[in-house]
This record gives sequence, structure tokens and C-alpha cells, in this order.
Amino acid sequence: MQVYADNAATTKMSQTAIDAMLPYMTTIYGNPSSLHSVGQEAKEALDAARETVAQCLGCEPREIIFTSGGSEADNQAIISAARLGEKKGKKHIISTAFEHHAVLHTLKKLEKEGFEIELLDVRQGHNITAQQVKDAIRPDTCLVTTMYANNEIGSILPIPEIGAICKEAGVPFHTDAVQAVGHLHINVKEQNIDMLSLSGHKFHGPKGIGALYVRKGFPLVNIIEGGAQERGKRAGTENIPAICGMAAAMKEACDHIDENAAKVSAMRDKLIEGLSKIPHSAVNGDLVHRLPGNVSFCFEGIEGESLLLLLDQKGICASSGSACTSGSLDPSHVLLAIGRVHDVAHGSLRLSLCEWNTMEEMDHILKCVPEVVEYLRSMSPVWRDLQTGKRTYIL
Amino acid sequence: MALYSEKVMDHFTHPRNVGVIEDANGIGEVGNAKCGDIMKIYLKIEDDIIKDVKFETFGCGSAIASSSMATEMIKGKSIHEAMALTNKAVAEALDGLPAHKLHCSVLAEEAIKNALKDYYDRAGLPYDEKDFPDCEHCEHCE
Repeated sequence: MQVYADNAATTKMSQTAIDAMLPYMTTIYGNPSSLHSVGQEAKEALDAARETVAQCLGCEPREIIFTSGGSEADNQAIISAARLGEKKGKKHIISTAFEHHAVLHTLKKLEKEGFEIELLDVRQGHNITAQQVKDAIRPDTCLVTTMYANNEIGSILPIPEIGAICKEAGVPFHTDAVQAVGHLHINVKEQNIDMLSLSGHKFHGPKGIGALYVRKGFPLVNIIEGGAQERGKRAGTENIPAICGMAAAMKEACDHIDENAAKVSAMRDKLIEGLSKIPHSAVNGDLVHRLPGNVSFCFEGIEGESLLLLLDQKGICASSGSACTSGSLDPSHVLLAIGRVHDVAHGSLRLSLCEWNTMEEMDHILKCVPEVVEYLRSMSPVWRDLQTGKRTYIL
Repeated sequence: MALYSEKVMDHFTHPRNVGVIEDANGIGEVGNAKCGDIMKIYLKIEDDIIKDVKFETFGCGSAIASSSMATEMIKGKSIHEAMALTNKAVAEALDGLPAHKLHCSVLAEEAIKNALKDYYDRAGLPYDEKDFPDCEHCEHCE
């Protein structure tokens, strides 16, 4: 049985998205900036896609900028807010310790320029509170940027509350909503969001396409210079097939949010309940405010990469925050940020589901994961030390 | 999966010499759980010959495969031959490892040397400290 349980990494494209893309690769291949009819037809498709994306987010079409993906949108949003703040002498930015690297590395760059970056602690409940944001805001704060939901551990942040606090304080609020769009109800106006990043391939759309919502009037700084596309804020010929595919996938996802969430969260809860029975394990992330498809665990005494390889042999595609899977020497910064020590963070497993998964697949996962964990523990010197009392259990 | 060679996957999924030797006369352990790799080697040496060898490893696929291959390469060999085993030879026997996984073969070499050192210590045999670099010199955990 082949089980794809890595939907937070990327999703399989929907037939709806593929069908929406094809005409723009075959017959309507024009450049939307061209004056002739083939170009103008592409322009119409671009406008329609922008309208669709705007409707899904509750904003105006002119507030949507298409980008190459979530990372570019995060970069542009944060750099823009920083440049605006700088002009006003404000150089304090609030974020969280478990942001995506697209946010954290951009903030790191600004820190080198002299910005003060304050990362909110996420150990309590594996989440932040709106009060933490409120307490951190200062007169010189130029940006609050927090993710909508965490990609590794699934925690959903109190975005409407943070939005309200930022509005009251007059501080721009950006959210990296890459994991949330198409899965959670988002309305940027009601939730007082000034900027929002999203990515097409997290909801069955194509890769290499994303968008940045920017509240009307907020001055954007260009990351890519060139032509006058995207109201002059993002140069480069628009990727029309991808934009149309993303818009179609987004509409489909947003039209089915509640039924998908009900189906997916039932599978999620089954996995969390079943895997919790593995001794010396712990679930990561906020158990109440949680993405419908996220299951994240740490298993003591084993290492995540070997776990993934053996699961792959059993047909299960998953991911881990272990150092060996990241290509760096440290385990996931998210797991460290919520207070997991290195020893335990190495033994992490993330299963991320979508509405195309089935209960039969969950049964397969629940059969295979405990077997593989037990097998790896049987050859682990760490596990032996834990069992013989030479080492103390952490979980 | 193209990350690893077929040899690595074979030794990872069917590791040779896994376990413990209760009456081992040389035991070596290198690495630490913080950096994500621990290898423990048990040796049973008689008349300068490695009669039996077992390993336990906490680590990634290449760490388990390197342990398995290294134990296979020294089983039945003399302690002098075992001392001459290099991480390069382990990696080559596995048809290569990805660059960022080469430290796993280093760990295997060091685990075996560590166990041999323990054997020399227990037997009261003389040896040159320089032949036994400990894993602290490796940058992996820094």
C-alpha cells in the first residue's frame, strides 16, 4: 500500500488545477502584456485568477501580487515593512521562534542591518498567545510577523486576536499563511491582516507559484526589479498556467474547507490516539488549535531518518525534523523552540494528511509505525541504556 | 530511493551483526545522542583474532549501514587488520556515501578503534595513544 502522508511538504495536484492550467500552455499561451488577442486572452485569465484568489481571502483583486511562492512573498512583506519602519525610525520586529526559515532568515538579515528582532517563546502550549504579542509591542515596533499555522507541529496561532492587537497599536501585521490557506477560514479584513503570504502547492495547486496579499496603501518594496507587471511591484512575465492552476485549486479548497477539515481531522485524531500508545513518545504541537492534517511525534531512543527510510520501504511517505534529514547538523529549530532537547528532537516524525487519504491508510500507518519504532529501538544503544537505567527517560 | 546506494540500503535494511556480546572483551562507544549518532561495538577477541563482533547503533540509515559493513569487514580478522580499517574503506565498500554522511563511516572506524583500545586496556597490552583519536576531534557535534 502506498500512503502519501507528507502533504505539508507538498500536495499532489488536483485534476481541477491541471485542467485549469492546460489551455494556457496549449492555445492561450500569450504574454498578458501583449496587445494582440492571444495576449489579451491571457490577461483576462490573469484578472480572473486574481479575482478568485481575492475572493478566497476576502480582499480586493488589486491587493493580490503573484509571486514565485511563499518564500518570496515572505521576503517581500518583511523587507517592505522594515524599509517603511526604518524611514520612521522604527526598527523593532516581533516574530516567533518557530517561523519558517523564509521568515527567520529574512529577519536574520535585517538584524545584521541593525534591526532588533524579538522572537516570542513558543514552549508554553507549543503556541503563542495574543497577550505575548501585546506585551512585546513597543513604540518603535515596525512589524509583527507570525505564521498562521506551523508547518511542522500544526499549531494554529491566534491570528484574529493578534490582528486586533496590531490594529489597535497601529503596527503592520504580516502572516505566513502557507500552511493555512485552503485549510482554514481566512478573511484578511475581518482578521485585520495587513499582509499575507501563500503558496499554491500546499492545496493541490502547482509548485513555483504563490501570492502576497497587501492591504491597499501599504508601500511595497520590490524584491525583483524589471518590468511593470503586478502593478510594478513584482517584475517578470506572469506564470499564467501556474496562476490559473493555483486559483482553481484554491477555490476548490476554500469551497470545501469544512467537509475536508472534518474528514481529515478524524484521520488525524485516529493517528494521534494510536501513536500515543507507543511508550516514551510525545505528540508535538497544540492539541486544541491544530491543523486538520498534522500529526507530529517524538519517539525516544531512535533517529528520524532511519525511521523515514523504513517507513518508505513499507510505502509510507512521511517526514522528520531530525538533523540527518535536514542536511544540517541540528534537528529542527521548531522542535527545539518548543523545548524538545536534541536527543528527542532527532527522533521526530511528521505525518501530514489531506482529504484524499483514507482510514485504511491510517490503519496501515498505525500498524507500521509501532513496528518500525520497536525495531529501531531494538538495535539502539540509547534505548538499551534507557531500559537498563543508565540513562534517564525524557519522554 | 536514490539518496543511498543499493549496498547502503541492503546493509541498512538487513544489518549484519546487530546485537550485544555478553562476554565481550572489548567494548567501544562513540558519538552522542545530542548530535544524533551513537555507535557501540562489542568485540570477542581470542588469540589476536576477532572471533565475534556485534553492534548497536542509534542513528540515520548510513550510520546503521556503516556499522554493519564495518563489523563485517573485521569479523574473523586479526586485531592488526582491524586497526588498519579506515573510514574510507568502509565508505568504498558501501559504494560511497553522500558527502554529508561521510562522518557516519568515520564514526564506524572510531567505534571499532575505541573497542580495540578497550581490549588493550583490559588485557594490559601496550599501545600508542596516537593510534586512537577519539571522536571529540570531529566537528560534527560542535
